[in-house]
Amino acid sequence: MILDWLLPTLILTLLVLAGIGAVRRMNMWRAGQAEKVDIIAGLLAMPKRYLHDLHHVVERDKYMSRTHVATGGGFVLAMALVILVHLIGIESKVLSWMLLGALSMMFCGAVFVFKRRRNPPSRLSKGPWMRLPKNLLIFSVTFFVLTLPAAGVLPASFTLGVMGQWFLTLVLSALVLMSLSEMLFGMTWGGPMKHAFAGALHLAFHRRPERFGGGRSTGLKPVDLEDNALASGKVLGVAKPSDFKWNQLLGFDACVQCGRCEAMCPAFAAGQPLNPKKLIQDMVVGFAGGTDEHYAGSRYPDKAVEGKAVGEAKGGVDHIITDGLINPETLWSCTTCRACVEECPMMIEHVDAIVDMRRFLTLEKGETPNKGAEILDNIIATDNPNGYAPASRTHWAADQNLNLMKDVKKAEVLFWVSDGAFDMRSQRILRSFVTLLKAANVDVAILGDEERDSGDVARRLGDDATFQSLAKRNLATLGQYEFKTLVTTDPHAFHCLKNEYGDFGSDALEGVDVLHHTTFLNQLIKAGRLQVEGFKGGKVTYHDPCYLGRYNGEYEAPRELLASLGIEIEEMERSGYRSRCCGGGGGAPITDIPGERRIADMRMEDVVSTGAEMVAVGCQQCTAMLEGVVEPRPVVKDIAEILASQLIEVHS
Amino acid sequence: MLPDVKVFSLLSIGRHPQSGRARRAEQDARAVELGLTLVGRDLNLVHAGSAQQDDSVLRQYAGMGLPALTLLEQEENADILPSLAKFLQNNQAGIVLMGVRAESGESSGMLPYLLAEKLGWPIVSRIADIVDIKEGVADVLLALPRGQRRAVQVALPFIATLDNAASAPRQTAYGSGLRAKIEVVSSESTVDDLTLNWQVSPAKPRPKRMKVVKAKTAADRFKAATAKLAGGGGQVLKEGTPAEKAQAIFDLLLEEKVIR
Ligand code: SF4
Ligand code: SF4
Repeated sequence: MILDWLLPTLILTLLVLAGIGAVRRMNMWRAGQAEKVDIIAGLLAMPKRYLHDLHHVVERDKYMSRTHVATGGGFVLAMALVILVHLIGIESKVLSWMLLGALSMMFCGAVFVFKRRRNPPSRLSKGPWMRLPKNLLIFSVTFFVLTLPAAGVLPASFTLGVMGQWFLTLVLSALVLMSLSEMLFGMTWGGPMKHAFAGALHLAFHRRPERFGGGRSTGLKPVDLEDNALASGKVLGVAKPSDFKWNQLLGFDACVQCGRCEAMCPAFAAGQPLNPKKLIQDMVVGFAGGTDEHYAGSRYPDKAVEGKAVGEAKGGVDHIITDGLINPETLWSCTTCRACVEECPMMIEHVDAIVDMRRFLTLEKGETPNKGAEILDNIIATDNPNGYAPASRTHWAADQNLNLMKDVKKAEVLFWVSDGAFDMRSQRILRSFVTLLKAANVDVAILGDEERDSGDVARRLGDDATFQSLAKRNLATLGQYEFKTLVTTDPHAFHCLKNEYGDFGSDALEGVDVLHHTTFLNQLIKAGRLQVEGFKGGKVTYHDPCYLGRYNGEYEAPRELLASLGIEIEEMERSGYRSRCCGGGGGAPITDIPGERRIADMRMEDVVSTGAEMVAVGCQQCTAMLEGVVEPRPVVKDIAEILASQLIEVHS
Repeated sequence: MLPDVKVFSLLSIGRHPQSGRARRAEQDARAVELGLTLVGRDLNLVHAGSAQQDDSVLRQYAGMGLPALTLLEQEENADILPSLAKFLQNNQAGIVLMGVRAESGESSGMLPYLLAEKLGWPIVSRIADIVDIKEGVADVLLALPRGQRRAVQVALPFIATLDNAASAPRQTAYGSGLRAKIEVVSSESTVDDLTLNWQVSPAKPRPKRMKVVKAKTAADRFKAATAKLAGGGGQVLKEGTPAEKAQAIFDLLLEEKVIR
């Protein structure tokens, strides 16, 4: 029968084509910048990363995780067996039966994919993705039929008559061609199945391997200022797709367009011109060249940008990205809340990419929007974003009787005050915290006027030069003193000190516990060093600050502290790792890209929907954002404030 | 827009009022901004000063979009006037822009006037914008209190100082500033003997008379709060020949003992 030679030929041809596509695709990634990756270790670790880490994220959507295991697992197994049975022609009943089993599994999965695609949620991309379930079904059914004779279920030459034979052969070949084109050819030539190929390699060569196995890696990577700035033709940050590291490009290619990032993105929900899924797809358009005409998902919400019809965004590997592919406003809408990264099953790093491109806009073009330039100038000239006199940094503590490191040189705990020192609302948090420290008899000191802005805002606005300068100077100051613990009430400073200052070759923080104040207070409560009485107010909910939760994994301490006051938290739907941003991160209030709504208002609606009368927070920025929502609304209080008000003074 | 006018912006090292740290001087940066809008990358930036100092502020100026700037090398205590004048003349400057006064050093605000005197060029002070330049004559907008403007015409070459009302300077880009070429031009330094014997001490705030505003309406209060010194007397001469007007000014200057 013709199929006897046609089938292997088809499979072989498509495998070869897929091979060519794979090489071509890899060359596209190689247009990126060099980045050291342990190739062998990565490849070896890949299956575990897939089964454990990736599925850990997919698992959040039980329906999809089971579907994917059945479909994906079934396909990989089936494809391997198809090669053995139908290409190489190994005649083994066992193999054939195994193949039938794999195909049935895949079929079941594909049915569920198909069902989901009947009425897809808006976050899913349509277009080519709509035909994928059909091809999955066709693949499993067709090969099932084709394998039946080999398994001995049907005789190799059952009688159909010549016409029937021809007809069957024709139909089966067409179906084989169709499904194999999708599954093999499409995998490396940019079809939906590309996610399997690029995704597997992305897991192997991920830029932040620390993330696997339950780890965390959230600090931004520093710009190499010395080398890059002066080498001719190089720019600071990312101007063109080829300025990304090669494994970042590979990462973009891994996107399955599941839109989970889109569903979590606060800027997208607020109608600002950002959609993380589209952004990643635009990056793919960028390095693969061409336009976004094949993109079939939701677009950037803003009208001005939406005005761009599909296909109008153009890119190329050596084209400046913000010149026709992406509107800078898209990049400036991001609050760097990491909700997208947390939610992405492919572990793509949106925030890295966004900040990389912001770096180019700020450091090379001087185009930080709105208040950006002014704030950066202030930070450079006064070490604080609002241009206050550096000598007034400690005014807030005039009546606090705090030791200065300059005088004592050594203390058990260093309290990093942060720029909240200049803001009257934040000062209430600082004072409350000091009250608690004193009540617990903590040996504490502050840096006073020697402290500087942590560099957080400068870095998120793309000014890594200023960030690095601040980091180095802060580290030099810290290095002069002796302390075991550093505590701060500002999660942004906390993140910088804990996760980003390590890149600058200083041992000032070596062996030092860098803690957020909620963690530290929780330790004090547990050690019995603070006596508090039960809270008798109304319902309370808790807002997880992005830079405390997703950036640093601290979800428990604030909750335990509230529990120690007898508070049962009315959790919001979006809490913990899925907490919605207050809108205050990443310099977003400074660049202030207009949307249809304010992110803070949406977050306050989340609070209101729990029926809480008070929302506890652990961040001065969140406090400012949430208190900026017009009244009537629940009261906003930092946990330190709540705790201080319940403090039982022990007189000794 | 203006092919053959050579525009120079003079740069000084500014000083942040709160931190005392070096920065782009506000008005000098405006001079660069105006220069950039006039001639783009053909603008010439000049700083007269020591070549030893930290050049990060100069690079901030260049980072506004210029590939290079000129540093007229001067010794620590030099009077920069002679060599600056010579440099501008040798380079056929058409328009020279700068701030009204420096934010550090003597900060007397005399440099533009002394330069104008030395070069024999007209000076327009406190301008907000240069609207047009045609056949060697520039249409300039002077900044007056409360957002008012006065249009004047000046013949090239001339010197202009920038008011804070001029367009705010664009953001500086660190990367391009870092790559900018600083062309050091060695030039003769004239020691400023006078300043050598000066003793510099921090200024003490002077007692200020409180402004009592007897305004009745909000508009009056607003006016009182925003008005710059408007000068009390004065006389507007509209009639008469130019010679008569000049005589009137001369008489006034004599009377006020400005000239003797
Ligand atoms: S970090 Fe937050 S704001 Fe930025 S793209 Fe991701 S979800 Fe959206
Ligand atoms: S970036 Fe990640 S979360 Fe977003 S659509 Fe792609 S795969 Fe899904």
